[in-house]
Amino acid sequence: MDKLVILKQLKKGAEATINLSNWYGKKVVIKSRNLKKYRHPQLDEKIRKFRTIHEPQLMHEAKKAGVSTPIIFLVDTKNMLIIMEFIHGEQVKHILKKLSKDKRQNLCVKIGTIVAKLHSHGIIHGDLTTSNLILNDHHKLFLVDFGLAEKISELEARGVDLHLMKRGLESTHNQFSKDCFNDIMYGYSKVIGETIAKKVLKKIQEIERRGRYIEERKIKSK
Amino acid sequence: MINSLNELYCLGIESTADDFGVGISTGGGKIIANVSNGYIPEEGGIHPREAARHHAKVASEVLSKTLVQAGIKSSDLDLIAFSQGPGLGPCLRTGATIARAIAAYLNIPLIGVNHSIAHIEIGKLETNAKDPVTLYVSGGNTIISAFNSGRYRVFGETLDIALGNCLDVFSREAGLKHERRIPLGAALEKLALEGKNLVSLPYVVKGMDVSFSGLLTAALNLLNQKRYRLQDLCYSLQETTFAMVCEVTERALAHTEKKEILLTGGVAANKRLQYMLSLIAKDHGARFNTVPLKFATDNGAMIAWTGLLAYKNGIVTPNEKSMVKLKWRLDRIDIPWIN
Repeated sequence: MDKLVILKQLKKGAEATINLSNWYGKKVVIKSRNLKKYRHPQLDEKIRKFRTIHEPQLMHEAKKAGVSTPIIFLVDTKNMLIIMEFIHGEQVKHILKKLSKDKRQNLCVKIGTIVAKLHSHGIIHGDLTTSNLILNDHHKLFLVDFGLAEKISELEARGVDLHLMKRGLESTHNQFSKDCFNDIMYGYSKVIGETIAKKVLKKIQEIERRGRYIEERKIKSK
Repeated sequence: MINSLNELYCLGIESTADDFGVGISTGGGKIIANVSNGYIPEEGGIHPREAARHHAKVASEVLSKTLVQAGIKSSDLDLIAFSQGPGLGPCLRTGATIARAIAAYLNIPLIGVNHSIAHIEIGKLETNAKDPVTLYVSGGNTIISAFNSGRYRVFGETLDIALGNCLDVFSREAGLKHERRIPLGAALEKLALEGKNLVSLPYVVKGMDVSFSGLLTAALNLLNQKRYRLQDLCYSLQETTFAMVCEVTERALAHTEKKEILLTGGVAANKRLQYMLSLIAKDHGARFNTVPLKFATDNGAMIAWTGLLAYKNGIVTPNEKSMVKLKWRLDRIDIPWIN
């Protein structure tokens, strides 16, 4: 752990703190899963340890699927931290509203292709939000935060993954959430194929109806 | 004009589930009466039709008590608000019928209110929270929401049963009794205080959503195996489920960068949950507010106050649009009273 200098806190998330640091002369990101005082110590350790080990594994799997994720340099399960490559760029969350309609569309299609590559490879991200997508300075799109990712190929899991994306769009970018989601699904179907994409879309609708207070369900059951 | 709006009296009727509540609020946000009568099943959970029968039976008594408490006559009322959904059909319809009848008799406007939004609005009124991330946890709801561009948005919710439902079913199966004024959750909380060992239960957080049904089954299986002390199981159930909703709340707080947490709903009475959330708030430099119990559980005052907010913004519900909405999501409603 020597030769590590914290330069700046990038983000204090719910689950982890992301620090920009200098490590052996290289700019890196340190993701530390801090102790959660509100959680029972045993439960806390179990959750943090599992996610610290699991996350780099899934990021590696994602790379094999052709999805850009930061390079992992070190995993430390004693201090519950991961040292990884720093991506120079901006979160999609902050970019979306600044873009022209066409550029926004392109970006969303690209997001869709990334999700499809992941899903085709049997990976579910688990927290697909625009905060977890970073566009680097060379316009390459990176997917980060695999803390809740899982290896599943089930339709249900794919549906939930995209359902969360849709809901996230509705709650943070409501002005153009519909277009964005349609574009994402377009990109998705281009990579994963129309047959599967249609099934996933149907699943998403089913998941939405399953929600506790959904008007569509009432109409359907009539 | 402002003054006269502040002097309005609105009577609110709440009947989404087991409680029949009536409250009166002034336009200025003063709650001058809040009376409630809860249906307690002889065994098992709430039977919707039995609960509705109970509401119809106690309605006139609760209504007169409310007027006495407020010290006004029915002719002084300016508005009638009622919870239009979400909730149990027979219960909702009983409240709605009463509300329509009173509004027609007094010839005053009727306002249909969303139950979940009412919980948030009364919580804000009572705790002075301005723009919180709200964790609403009760027997029927588990919702993490915050205001964003015109509406309350859902940042997380249960994918199956509500947190209170999970705790209630477990308590009932464990033989705890629903005594008058002492809810099952309180009995569980008391036992959990004597728990020492954490028993491993599934921890199910999917993105911002939570799921309790598998966890409940696992807990019930452990209960039937009789391998663990009941105290330890209650303790573990609370620790695990609360950690789940806390994680999601913290995530919503980090995502929205808001500076307040509001805890409401029946489960808000739990001291352990309150403490856990207060730690999260402290960690994020946010203010933590728990809604006082009489306004956190289902009550008529919250419906009255939210009805007023709507009315002040020109919203009334004509009779033909006053049918109840069993699955009315809070994120489907425009909120004109917040800028």
